[in-house]
Amino acid sequence: MTGDVLLDVQDLETEYRAFGGSRVIKAVDGVSFTLEAGQTIGLVGESGCGKTTTCLSIMRLLPAGARVTGGRVLLEGRDLAQLSDREMQHVRGNEIGMILQDPMASLNPLFTLYDQVREPAYHHRGLRGGALRERVLSLLGSVRIPSPEVRMREYPHQMSGGMRQRIAGAIALSAAPKVIIADEPTTSLDVTIQAQYLDLLKSLQRDTGVGLIFVTHDLGIVAKMCDDVMVMYAGRTVEHGPVRQVFGQARHPYADALLRSVPKMGSKEPLFRIDGQPPNLADLPPGCAFEPRCPHAITECAQAVPPLLEVGPGHTSACIRSVELAAAGAAAPGADGGEA
Amino acid sequence: MTAEPLLEVTDLVRHYPAGKGLLGMGSSKGVVKAVDGVTFAIGPGETFGLVGESGCGKTTIAKLILRIEPPTSGRIMFDGRDVARLTGKELLAYRRSVQAVFQDPFGSLSPRMRVADIVGEILEIHTSMTPAAIATRVGEVLDLVGLRPDQARLFPHEFSGGQRQRIAIARALAADARMLVLDEAVSALDVSIRAQVITLLEQLQADLGVSYLYIGHDLATVSHLADRVGVMYLGRLCEVGDSVTVSTDPRHPYTQALFASALPHLPDDADAAREVAVPVTGEVPSALNPPSGCRFHPRCPLAEARCSAEEPVLVQVDEAHHAACHLLPLTVGRR
Ligand SMILES: Nc1ncnc2c1ncn2[C@@H]1O[C@H](COP(=O)(O)OP(=O)(O)O)[C@@H](O)[C@H]1O
Ligand SMILES: Nc1ncnc2c1ncn2[C@@H]1O[C@H](COP(=O)(O)OP(=O)(O)O)[C@@H](O)[C@H]1O
Ligand SMILES: [Mg+2]
Ligand SMILES: [Mg+2]
Repeated sequence: MTGDVLLDVQDLETEYRAFGGSRVIKAVDGVSFTLEAGQTIGLVGESGCGKTTTCLSIMRLLPAGARVTGGRVLLEGRDLAQLSDREMQHVRGNEIGMILQDPMASLNPLFTLYDQVREPAYHHRGLRGGALRERVLSLLGSVRIPSPEVRMREYPHQMSGGMRQRIAGAIALSAAPKVIIADEPTTSLDVTIQAQYLDLLKSLQRDTGVGLIFVTHDLGIVAKMCDDVMVMYAGRTVEHGPVRQVFGQARHPYADALLRSVPKMGSKEPLFRIDGQPPNLADLPPGCAFEPRCPHAITECAQAVPPLLEVGPGHTSACIRSVELAAAGAAAPGADGGEA
Repeated sequence: MTAEPLLEVTDLVRHYPAGKGLLGMGSSKGVVKAVDGVTFAIGPGETFGLVGESGCGKTTIAKLILRIEPPTSGRIMFDGRDVARLTGKELLAYRRSVQAVFQDPFGSLSPRMRVADIVGEILEIHTSMTPAAIATRVGEVLDLVGLRPDQARLFPHEFSGGQRQRIAIARALAADARMLVLDEAVSALDVSIRAQVITLLEQLQADLGVSYLYIGHDLATVSHLADRVGVMYLGRLCEVGDSVTVSTDPRHPYTQALFASALPHLPDDADAAREVAVPVTGEVPSALNPPSGCRFHPRCPLAEARCSAEEPVLVQVDEAHHAACHLLPLTVGRR
């Protein structure tokens, strides 16, 4: 199912500058990953760790005051930084689709569903007349909008939250993109609607082979949806690898702690508690950003930012003690994989 | 639950006139049956969880218990007294005993007050403590929730979301509350901070014996925190029981669908879940003129003729486990 590399993000660095440049926040610091056709990668981490900024950097949609200061983003080998604004606009509609947390942000309240879903297919795919109508109907059908012929003449406010999010999905799919970036798309949905929506995205992916970047703070979504996961902390990747490996035996103390701090259904087992809070990005410690909260920290951890080290096939961890701790079984009792 | 219940809710009903609210001029086209005949009890030191999709009436129940709104009918008993009849000193004592923590700690803490005053206000209202004694007590409760007493002079915006939620909990506990109503109290918090607040709540309950009504949409968190859980659908309870039993052996088709929709803990569970998931389609209908008979029947994969005609009542399916479904024996072992 997976195969060609669609997106290749190399050492991405993005900064926000405030107060005339006197305050610099490095929101993304050396993030790298690749995405293949049909693959889903989860970008996970707590709020403020740089997930959205990573996505906006890829899409070249950063707000004023923010700037990519390093690295490259290659879409099927083309360096997106080299494209003109016009070319980039074409990429955004045509090759990379985006689904946001708040579907109203991608829906225009003044236009009917038909007009909105039709737009990318019209502009980017050049469809007209009957073919365009067919395309819109089939997209609305594929995101399970009931009676699409009727509903397509309605406006966003007439829809439920779940329906709006499915329509935002239809718009993202409208031009048949190769990559979809979904930034916390189900955060505001109820569990049953969320489950329906996630299943829908998966089946659409099976049909189209689209590559998915799934941004979330919810590890359950990663378990359900993703092939690979990248755990971010304070703008940096701390662990990256196949979901089964990371969930089975997390190698970075932060990733491990995060996995063990989530309640398990029907279990009264005490939660693992990470004390303290994520650091202020404007004032990061010189070493590992997790060092002040890490139960396994040693002196060296505070001295230099640890590099990403290979800890298994396609599996990296930015902890200088990864290997040692795994051998001692300390940082990695895993998420109790064996228990029912 | 062996002891006398601390809180007892019987046949609680809250109807809202339809159309009011947004424009305030709705013609009487019907009523929104936000809460429509709910019965449950919470013991001392017990956590009762309420789950269900948005709009099913959870917050309305919280508001009725807190006497923010009066019920249309039904009764709320606290410590053997009818809450609706409380006045004067007794009402004040009730408000002191039952405190709330809501989802948005920032919204519920006045931005211009220092933490010392936010927490101390409760003591000023409810006790005749001297300012010095209040300051000491504020320091104690801040310490209890894991904040430093010297942080009392700061303002809410100087804290992170998790810390603000701790302040809200400190305030709720300052005057020796006996029950906390926690409405989505950890929902807005990040994973690691959420674990801190959940462990804090567990610790406080063990130390102080306080009861919790815990309302949440994250099923794993509710099943973790609650001793017993009630599952709501369109204003009614469709299943009540021990939280581990309900989450691992749900009997009502809605509960089964709800828990089948919960996200897996591990990637391997994701594959397992797909095979057993009870298919539930569509969305929750409006609480305005809810479906006849069993309110879940239009979405229920097992519905029969009588499900649309007769409303099922909660019946015992096991020790301390009740569900409201006409097809009950059939639903056993569906997962
Ligand atoms: N427009 C902005 N101006 C300044 N700083 C910002 C802006 N947007 C985000 N940031 C900062 O960048 C960091 C990463 O933010 P973001 O990418 O939104 O994180 P996430 O999506 O993981 O929650 C945060 O610390 C945030 O404060
Ligand atoms: N003040 C009100 N006026 C009219 N309808 C209301 C009011 N408050 C709540 N409702 C309705 O009552 C139902 C239950 O709401 P609520 O108790 O907030 O649900 P939950 O907390 O489970 O999401 C919903 O249909 C809601 O729209
Ligand atoms: Mg974000
Ligand atoms: Mg609510």
